[in-house]
Amino acid sequence: MARGDVVIVGAAETDEVGVLPGHSTLRLHVEGARNAVSDAGLRMSDIDGIASVSAPGPIQVAHTLGIKPRWIDGTGVGGTSFLLHVRHAVAAIRAGHATTVLVTHGESGRSQVGSARGALPASSPNAQFEAPYGVLGPPTMFTIPLLRYMKKFGLTAEQLAYVPVAQRKWAARNPRARYREPITVEDVLNSRMISYPLHLLECCLVTDGGGALVITSADRAGDLPQPPVHILGTGETFESPLISQMEDFTTSAAFRRSSAEAFAEAGITHGDVDHLMIYDAFAHVPIYGLEDMGFVGRGEAGAFIAEGNTEPGGRLPLNTNGGGLSYTHTGMYGMFLIQESVRQLRGQAAAQVPGVEISVAQGNGGMFTAAGTLVLSNRTP
Amino acid sequence: MSARAKPAPVPTPETQPYFDAAAEGELKIQRCLDCGKPFFYPRPCCPFCASDALEWITTSGRGTLYSYTINHRPAPGFEQDAPYAIAVVQLSEGPRMMANIVGIENTPDNLVLDMDVEVTFEKRGDVTIPQFRPAGREAI
Repeated sequence: MARGDVVIVGAAETDEVGVLPGHSTLRLHVEGARNAVSDAGLRMSDIDGIASVSAPGPIQVAHTLGIKPRWIDGTGVGGTSFLLHVRHAVAAIRAGHATTVLVTHGESGRSQVGSARGALPASSPNAQFEAPYGVLGPPTMFTIPLLRYMKKFGLTAEQLAYVPVAQRKWAARNPRARYREPITVEDVLNSRMISYPLHLLECCLVTDGGGALVITSADRAGDLPQPPVHILGTGETFESPLISQMEDFTTSAAFRRSSAEAFAEAGITHGDVDHLMIYDAFAHVPIYGLEDMGFVGRGEAGAFIAEGNTEPGGRLPLNTNGGGLSYTHTGMYGMFLIQESVRQLRGQAAAQVPGVEISVAQGNGGMFTAAGTLVLSNRTP
Repeated sequence: MSARAKPAPVPTPETQPYFDAAAEGELKIQRCLDCGKPFFYPRPCCPFCASDALEWITTSGRGTLYSYTINHRPAPGFEQDAPYAIAVVQLSEGPRMMANIVGIENTPDNLVLDMDVEVTFEKRGDVTIPQFRPAGREAI
């Protein structure tokens, strides 16, 4: 095996993303899967490995599509699960356990059609030691470390508010983005307080949508229609299932560990990265990501973004689809990170960055709970 | 009175001593007998060395406000409290735990990071849970 010997040959989203009350969760998986297999120039019968998150999960998805897999991955660690599926597929293809793997995502996050919102058991540690204090979903948990970060590094409310402003500039160039109108720091700070210190415009969208990937070995990719995207390096880990038990509230150990492993495997440095996707469920997550991945020093990311480095024309294009803050966010957003990285590497993105050769996707699962990282390239190393 | 009750924990055998102590007005956490480190949340083995030789220690009940968010969209049962802080307290023994900050209006001006807090207790159905209030205040 050699670095980059496994490739993404098919990548597609559902026909639409946004508000799709006519689509069940299962249909979102199926539509993304059919589009991705078609994009790869393959037939569903070519697929012999399946990865997805419950529910509906890999078995229901494969059964619906008529796939008879000899490799199944149901890893479910939140929104970064699909990055882990890609990592696991690389190993499976190298081991000969599968030749062509389909990874699917579909989520009726907004319309809640045929969805399964998994409540934790009442006796879980989360239910015993956090739920009694009035947490209600990601806005009340993901937010908790942020004030400690702001105090330690002096991040201002205005710098934080600039994160969605910068990403809206990318969304303005993407016709599929849900919100495209320019916004200002004042607009963000004047939007409704959701969970102090985060305002509405610093929180991700809640949408319906899906997407899928087809992964195979580089030697099988030659006859296929799309330029292959080589998987150069991958990482995965977790830190804590309880937000209150993060080791250090000013840095994500999961982001640090998964990205360090992916960069080391890929043999790249930060200067090699032309395009970056960081899971942006909330405005502070890309700030943590930029620092924890090592693109900037600790405490520097707020200023780095506010100075324009990550927006169109900047030296580190970040979240070029508009991100979870402006493009779409079904709940488990990680699939859309990979889709945009693939589009940029193929030269097919709506807001195409010129000359992208290496793209990195940093996923988050839960609330700084799990992480996955992919280093992708349109060239062999 | 809110229409819905606030969530009450459902203890498991390994967490029962924590809730029993809370019912007696004490905040107890576990400490590893092998490596000596205290930790939170209660669990069947030490997160530092995986030893299952553990003891319960009674904390001082004192700590500092480590971080928080002020939630404007109340969880079921918290309708009368919103906006309310969901905080993480650093105990003087080291470990951190989630809590609400009671006995003071939950505003950014009132809740200053690193302020001293001390434990108090709240009944939730048949279970008692620790809460925290600014240190040196009268019990509520």
